Parts: sequence; C-alpha cells; structure tokens
Amino acid sequence: MERYIYMDNAATTPVKKEVLEEMLPFFTEKYGNPSSVYKLGSANRVEVEKAREKVALALGADKSEIYFTAGGSESDNWAIKGAAYKYRDKGNHIITTKIEHHAVLNTCKYLEKQGFEVTYLDVDEDGIVKLDDLKRAIRDNTILISVMFANNEIGTIQPIKEIGEIAKEHNILFHTDAVQAIGSIKIDVNELNIDLLSLSAHKFFGPKGVGALYIRKGVRIDNLISGGGQERNKRAGTENVAGIVGLGKAIELAYENFEEKNKYIISLRDRLIEKIEKNIKYVRLNGHRTQRLPGNVNVSFEFIEGESLLLMLDLNNIAASSGSACTSGSLDPSHVLLAIGLSHEIAHGSLRLSLSELNTEEEVDYVVEKLVEIVDRLRQMSPLYEKIKEEK
Amino acid sequence: MYSEKVMDHFMNPRNVGEIPDADGIGEVGNAKCGDIMKMYLKINDGIIEDVKFKTFGCGSAIASSSMATELIKGKTIDEALQVTNKAVAEALDGLPPVKMHCSVLAEQAIKSALLDYSKRHNVKIEGLEDIEFDDDHHHHVEEE
Repeated sequence: MERYIYMDNAATTPVKKEVLEEMLPFFTEKYGNPSSVYKLGSANRVEVEKAREKVALALGADKSEIYFTAGGSESDNWAIKGAAYKYRDKGNHIITTKIEHHAVLNTCKYLEKQGFEVTYLDVDEDGIVKLDDLKRAIRDNTILISVMFANNEIGTIQPIKEIGEIAKEHNILFHTDAVQAIGSIKIDVNELNIDLLSLSAHKFFGPKGVGALYIRKGVRIDNLISGGGQERNKRAGTENVAGIVGLGKAIELAYENFEEKNKYIISLRDRLIEKIEKNIKYVRLNGHRTQRLPGNVNVSFEFIEGESLLLMLDLNNIAASSGSACTSGSLDPSHVLLAIGLSHEIAHGSLRLSLSELNTEEEVDYVVEKLVEIVDRLRQMSPLYEKIKEEK
Repeated sequence: MYSEKVMDHFMNPRNVGEIPDADGIGEVGNAKCGDIMKMYLKINDGIIEDVKFKTFGCGSAIASSSMATELIKGKTIDEALQVTNKAVAEALDGLPPVKMHCSVLAEQAIKSALLDYSKRHNVKIEGLEDIEFDDDHHHHVEEE
C-alpha cells in the first residue's frame, strides 16, 4: 500500500487490533441482549459490567458512577441538559467557555432559548480560562460550570483542579468534556472535584459511537433518553455491547505504559513544532507551548489559506485538519482561534496536526519537508505574501 | 468534493504570477473572508495579450482564478466582459454550492482589472461604469 501519514488523531483514531478482537464475538455468537434472563443474554451483562469497571478504574471512580452513552456529544448533552433541568428550581445560570466543543456550545445555546442564562468565559491568548473571570461570573443562581479538560483544536489543558475547587466551594456542579484528554492525561475525578465527565471511545483507539458519562454519586440529573430500564434507569436503550466492550479494552490499553507513551508522543510533538518554526517563516504556534495535549500541534502560516494547505497535504497522503472557514462550510474560521485573539486572516491559515503513539520521527520529518514545499508554493501564489516581500 | 478539473487547476494553476508593466490590475475579496484574487492584464489593441493572477484562498478560489485567466487570454475586452461566474464554474465542471462565491470572485477580478485598465488608459468600456465590487461576497451570493 502507498505510504499514508495520519496526523489527525484528534479527529478520530483507528480501532486497535486487541480492541477489535474483544469486540468481534459480540456481533455474532454472543449477540444476546444483556437484559435477557437466559445465559446468552445474561452473560453479556457480565461483560458490560467488566467494561464499566475498567472505565471507573481509569477515572478513579466507582463503577456505579459510570453510564454508557453513544459518544461524546450525547454525554455532553446529557450532562448539561440533565443538570440544567434538574436544578431549574435552584437557578437558571450556567457558566462555560468560548472555546468549548460544539456539543457543549450548541447545547448551551439551546438552553438559552429555553430560558436559561449562559456566561461564555473568555480565555487568554494561550486559550486558558482565567480563574478570576470564573469567580466573578458565579451568581447565586449558577447551577452548573462546564469547562473542557483540554481543547480539541489548540490542545490547551485547562486548570481543572482549580476550577473543581471553585465549583465545590460554591456548591455548583462541575462538568468537564474530557473527550480529548482521556488517554492523554491521567484523571482522578475525586482529586479534581469533577461531578460530571464526558468521554468518547474513538479518540483513544476504541470504536466510534460509544462513550460514557461519569456522574458523581449523589449527583442527580434528568434523563436525556427515556425508555427501558438500562443503565440503572438512567439511559434507556439496549446496550451497545460490542462497543462497550471495545471502550473498556481501549481505555485499559490507553493507560498501559502511560508515562512511556506520553514521553514519546511529547518528543514527537516538540520535534514537529521545533522543525516547523525553524524551517518556515511567518508561522505562529497556537495554544500554550507546554500546557498542551501531548499530541497536539496547531500552527498558523501567514498569507495562505488552510483548505488549500489540506488539499495539498492530502495529495501527498498526509491527513491533517484546519480551522479555516473553508473547511467547515461556515463563514467564519474556528471560534477557538478567534477566542485566543487571532485575526480572521491568521485563523484561515491554521493547521492542526495531532499525533499518536503510532506516528514516528521519520513521519514528522517527512511532513515538515512537505510542509516547507507546500507553504512556499501557496505563498508564491498569494498576493498577501507579495505585499510583505515588497515591504521588506 | 471537487471535480477533477478543479483539482487539476488547483494543482497546476495556469498563469500564476505578476505582470510588471500591466495595463490593468484588479484585486477583489478580502483576507477576513479568506480569499483575495489579484489579476494582471496586458492589453494591446483591445486584445488581452497576457494575463496573470495571484490568489490567497481555498482550492476552488485558486482553481477559479486559473480558469478565469484561461477563459480571457487572447480574447477581446468585450469577450472578457462576457465571462460570468457561471461560465467559470461550468468550465471547471462545477463547484460545490458553498464554493460558488469563488467563481463570483473570479468574474469580479476580471472586471476589476478591466476597470483599472479603462481608468489608466482613459478608455471607456461599456458595462463597467456602474460596477460595484462586493468584498463582503460571502454574505450576499445566491447559489444557483
């Protein structure tokens, strides 16, 4: 097969062989419904519970606090809508940030239409939430704080422990969208005072369409999916047994040899950043230089546009993504890049390369080599670059 | 998502560059929206002898510019004025609906360069008197 370099691991990851192998029997011979009485069904209940234990272990939680869902978006919707409706009598104010994933942002926008009030916190130039702003935003009627663990575009890791403390101090529920953080950061929900946490299997070599919501014991939220009594009456629907088993295996593997893997991915990331900055002019790193996800690189190349960059990378069999408007079909470039203060033109020229343990140093070097060529080629075509050259 | 022709013009754009002693230069679009097209014309006896472009923008913006230059090279001013955004898009075997504005920009780049020519050389070009260039194109262009 032709060489293919995948550097879009923040978008999704392949299912690991070990994960797939554990999943496969549940599509065919072990097809029973976990709610059934007979062995074919009830045996699968045991498997679902084993997976629950694995997820709980990874989060420092109790297995009774883990609820399986159909992925990160459902978990975010459930946590936020569920908390909002449950505590409506207590208050109608929610605090979140301007750089959340759309699963959180659009859920909050929906709730605004339902009469809730939402504060969208600014972030600093690195994309980090300002704790003083958070404290100032808290009101008597604040019922929920939702801040993502780490940002999907620029990789910035938020001060989750501090935010958890502030929430606890004020007796406000704290939800975190940890979709990008799981497998990349060690998380202990008790140490961090997290009440609700969303995760999704396909970001750490598990299957798509399955995730989980951690709900701290004693925290009550309304249901999102009504129906049968699955997930202890909190989330209806016949369990996605194969997916849940895959999620369990994937999260277990994600935290095996964790330090070693992270060290390796960070070394790749820093090599990539360093080489790009060394070999290409008029480039800026987006997000915090060190307080960022191990695999995240996000840079803006001035004078060129992200979609043409992605197309040229694709023609070289390199998969990446961009915050340019042209890649999303919307009018504006990424809300995250605008929130950290980038101008529209700089945001249009952004490129995200997200690495995993499967990438190599050699791939990093090859990508930089191609980037140098492609960026130069596009700049030679750009009237903006022409102006800069004239000014020099 | 793009036709083979779009990809061909994106990967091998025709007439990229500048014309130092151009008779007309047009620039449309803005960086905020993510696309700028600049077109240079060399005109002799009412014929577009040479044309070059530079574009900041997505794949279809580059392909549309390239195609527009091909469509007007060697043509008369009148013929060049007849080149519509639809003609550019059709010549590219179509553009995705969200990218139609790129072809609009290409049509405007031609007209903007011709307008510059008419001003510099004091030549009246019919059809260009009242033209307005819409930098905020994203928000107005209707898809056809």
